[in-house]
Amino acid sequence: MDHAPILVVIAPFVGAYLIPLLGLWKEKLCYPVATVAALLSAFFSFWLTASVLELGTIRYYVGGWEPPWGIELVVDPLSAFMCLTISLVSLFAVIYSKNYIGRELPGGKTTSYYTLILLLIGGMLGAVVTGDLFNLFVLTEIFSVAAYALVCIGRKRGSLIASYRYLILASIGTSLILLGTGYLYVVTGTLNMADLAARLPALYDSWVVIGAMAFLVVGFGIKTALFPLHTWLPDAHSIAPAPISVILSALVIKVGAYSIIRVLFSIFGVEFITGPIPIASVLTWVAAVGILMGSLFAISQTDIKRMLAYSSVAHIGYVVMGVGLAMEIGMTGGILHIFNHALAKGCLFFCAGAVIYQTGIRSIDDFRGLGSKMPVTMAAFTLAAASMVGIPPTAGFMSKLYLALGTLEAGAWVFLIVILVGSFLTAVFYLRVVNLIYFGESRVKSQESRVGVGDSRLQTPDSRLFREVPLTMLIPIIILALGCTLFGIFVFIPLSVVEPAVKLLLGN
Amino acid sequence: MTTVVIQTIGRILVPFIQLFGLYVIIHGPVSPGGGFQGGVIVGASMILLALSYDLSSAEARASHKVRIAMDSTGALLFAGIGLVALLAGGFFLEYGIIPLPMAPAEVRGIFILLVGVAIGIHIMALAASLFLHLAEEHEI
Repeated sequence: MDHAPILVVIAPFVGAYLIPLLGLWKEKLCYPVATVAALLSAFFSFWLTASVLELGTIRYYVGGWEPPWGIELVVDPLSAFMCLTISLVSLFAVIYSKNYIGRELPGGKTTSYYTLILLLIGGMLGAVVTGDLFNLFVLTEIFSVAAYALVCIGRKRGSLIASYRYLILASIGTSLILLGTGYLYVVTGTLNMADLAARLPALYDSWVVIGAMAFLVVGFGIKTALFPLHTWLPDAHSIAPAPISVILSALVIKVGAYSIIRVLFSIFGVEFITGPIPIASVLTWVAAVGILMGSLFAISQTDIKRMLAYSSVAHIGYVVMGVGLAMEIGMTGGILHIFNHALAKGCLFFCAGAVIYQTGIRSIDDFRGLGSKMPVTMAAFTLAAASMVGIPPTAGFMSKLYLALGTLEAGAWVFLIVILVGSFLTAVFYLRVVNLIYFGESRVKSQESRVGVGDSRLQTPDSRLFREVPLTMLIPIIILALGCTLFGIFVFIPLSVVEPAVKLLLGN
Repeated sequence: MTTVVIQTIGRILVPFIQLFGLYVIIHGPVSPGGGFQGGVIVGASMILLALSYDLSSAEARASHKVRIAMDSTGALLFAGIGLVALLAGGFFLEYGIIPLPMAPAEVRGIFILLVGVAIGIHIMALAASLFLHLAEEHEI
């Protein structure tokens, strides 16, 4: 029997409950335990993906109870793909935390930090492997609550209000998800996704079903930060500590997008969402507006992390646009972009965190001349930025190429133009930063008064300015940056999981 | 404002409430109730103590560290039972399959009781924490 589906979820949760216990004894043990837990779940994700590719969809009955009675975990290629993305990026985020969190958080907070980050990881992994709609709601709530707390754990100015806004808006989303789930349960009498998919076609005329779909899409849309529902994102993502920004931007909103895919394609079915209720094309239009508006907002930002946060609003648009096209090539591009954007945005937030860690610089203008001081970090930043813009041969280029081909496949020229214009706008704000990094004149002299994250311990600010960050922070940055390039050249590696996933979703 | 009446009634009630909570946990497998319900009752008794006396007398009996330790222990026990079933060759939490020298129904009975106790420990610490942790003094 293959236990990987449950082990991938249990590893972070056991770690999350072990840490408070060990934290009472020795706070220094928290980091190794968290790393081991994240490492274990990454290992199980690989195992899971290998067996899914070999055996097809895996169904796991928790407690030995079969679906109508018990909760079922269903791992198809899409779930396995999400598991891999989540566990890999969050493993790097945990590794990166060691030095960064040691300086940013007051003593005594590290225990709760590592507990919450593992709950966040476990919740996301649980949400992507579950085969039960109500279970999806519960796990969404688990990782969201952990995320609210992690946004304000740094106790910076404005972090409480950002976290509170995130809490209120995302709670509205959660309530809508619960309402939609309840409506579906009322008309079908089941919460199992496979059961729902079997019973819904008879009820396509029902207004309750249409209402349920509206609630679910809007609810998960808030979690995804789909364009008009994105207002919580820039504050929350920019004010959180860097490893948390990485997880929020690279993974949490993607799990929302995954949930939309799961609900629309695996529960309602592709005929319904493209036929009588054209929600798929509505999503595509919304995503198109999101791409343009997100990029325009990003151009006008002066703070590096806010710029990256708005760029996430634009890039989640690419994912949702690909999904909304509901055709093979377009969806491949959209789902592939989940992975490619996670790599690139993870790397960018890590780099921004490294700059803030060393120098306290947040303003884009102050990035002038950093290229000569932190060469490795800035090279990684440039690579990841290239991937975000979609310059060949980076990974971002491949997913945008598939998206563009997908729009042609669907015969929708408008969206091709949106993708091109969106890429140009992305180029505008990323190349501006890269230009400042390498060709801007350094302003170090005027920087010495600037305060770093832990400026009380930072005795000689100017000597620190010339150093790279510690290895625990540098290695995740390098690996993700290399990933941005390698997965563009060897695009068949992620595609070997994405293509079966898309075929399964579209039902052929 | 606590008075002698409230304090006396609270003092008399708290042990009985806790005993009843433990009864609900232990009788979970055979009667309505179980780990969650019993745990909430025990946790509520600590809230009554904090309200009728003061925070420090509740803290003296269930300090922050004790609550954190109970919270984690309960959850780890629960996960542990699930993993033991997994090692015995069943699904996660399929504890009926664990080889013990007794009838399968009895094995299930024992392990659902253990699951109930694990959840009870977890929830009693959590229910008390929901009140006490907010009332404790923290730096923002």
